Amino acid sequence: MNNSISTYTLRIADDSLILGHRVSEWCGHGPILEEDIALTNIALDLIGQATSLLEYAAATEGKGRTADDLAFLRYERDYTNVLLAEQPNGDFGQTIVRQWLFDTFRLFFYEALCYSKDPQLAAIAEKSLKETKYHFKHSSEWVIRLGDGTEESHQRAQAALDLLWRYAEELFFMNAVDHELIAQGIAVDLTTIKPLWLERIQHVAKEATLKLPETNWVMKGGREGQHSEYLGYLLAEMQYMQRTYPGMEW
Amino acid sequence: MVTEQDIWHWLEDVNDPEVPVLSVVDLGVVRSVNLLDNEVEILITPTYSGCPAMQVIENGIRSKLAEKGLKNVTVTTVLSPAWTTDWLSEKGRKKLREYGIAPPENEVDKSALFADPVVVPCPICHSKNTRMVSQFGSTACKAHYQCNDCREPFDYFKCLK
Ligand SMILES: [Zn+2]
Repeated sequence: MNNSISTYTLRIADDSLILGHRVSEWCGHGPILEEDIALTNIALDLIGQATSLLEYAAATEGKGRTADDLAFLRYERDYTNVLLAEQPNGDFGQTIVRQWLFDTFRLFFYEALCYSKDPQLAAIAEKSLKETKYHFKHSSEWVIRLGDGTEESHQRAQAALDLLWRYAEELFFMNAVDHELIAQGIAVDLTTIKPLWLERIQHVAKEATLKLPETNWVMKGGREGQHSEYLGYLLAEMQYMQRTYPGMEW
Repeated sequence: MVTEQDIWHWLEDVNDPEVPVLSVVDLGVVRSVNLLDNEVEILITPTYSGCPAMQVIENGIRSKLAEKGLKNVTVTTVLSPAWTTDWLSEKGRKKLREYGIAPPENEVDKSALFADPVVVPCPICHSKNTRMVSQFGSTACKAHYQCNDCREPFDYFKCLK
């Protein structure tokens, strides 16, 4: 059993699971019906991707845990999602900016992961990439509409970008696990996709008349289990059923 | 003596719970049917990662084959090669249209932002004067359109590639 592969897969899974759960909070609360449906569909795709990833993380871990065990029965410090994924929805602009930073990353990440020498990771990437292209288009177009929209929508989109920019750098976090798997042709070398991501972000930001913050202040820790105050509340909501009625199914 | 051909034929009676006019064979989610000594192995593939119908489809396949006397059935989900709308059969496309859902058209590159959405003919009056209401629709696999001529709103089974 290869625990580096399990650790690596779990990170991707946790990003999808936690962001998917966050976006699902919009269900029934979207600003218009079409966006309610769009956000709920995107959440469903993310949670679907998380399911495939968690199944693989559980299988490669070799401790007899299931995907559900990993989703619902870990403690906060055991989740390795980036801090960006757990940040609150805020207003629609904040949700869209968060999604845009993430989708743009995921687009290049999955494109690269399709070439992984690990067949299951490559298969999940190939499947997920097709969905991510729709997400990327949706969030990028909204960033432009809001940024280059009314004075109010511009101001809110800019405020969201100023707030969330500090969390973007963590998307490119790598440590020994990555380096070991990059050497085997399994993991994606994130330094190669960072310039692609930045170029695409700059392009859309320009169209949206939004300014990328100049600060170098970076918030990170999620990949090592050190989370913001927001994750605990999210997990309480997400895990409630399994904690209250252990092993329940429906 | 049961043949693989028989099994394919029976699976045409197992419908997609979300688009019940399509069988799982029309939809292209049945990847292969393998008849081993005493066992049937069916490989299926999801349309979308989060497709909530997969569990129901799996159960549908099992109960259909059980009905035909096949008890030893394994249904395995495979992700690669990933499902695309090209797996939808010709028969499936025709059934969709008759049901009032526009079948997938070949679409332009999704990386082009604000590109004109693909022209989707109205499944009711066949007019090409239609508009996209939302890229996301009632299920993961559909977008929402409206016909500008007969005014009918309709689902479009969107292209996934
Ligand atoms: Zn019409």
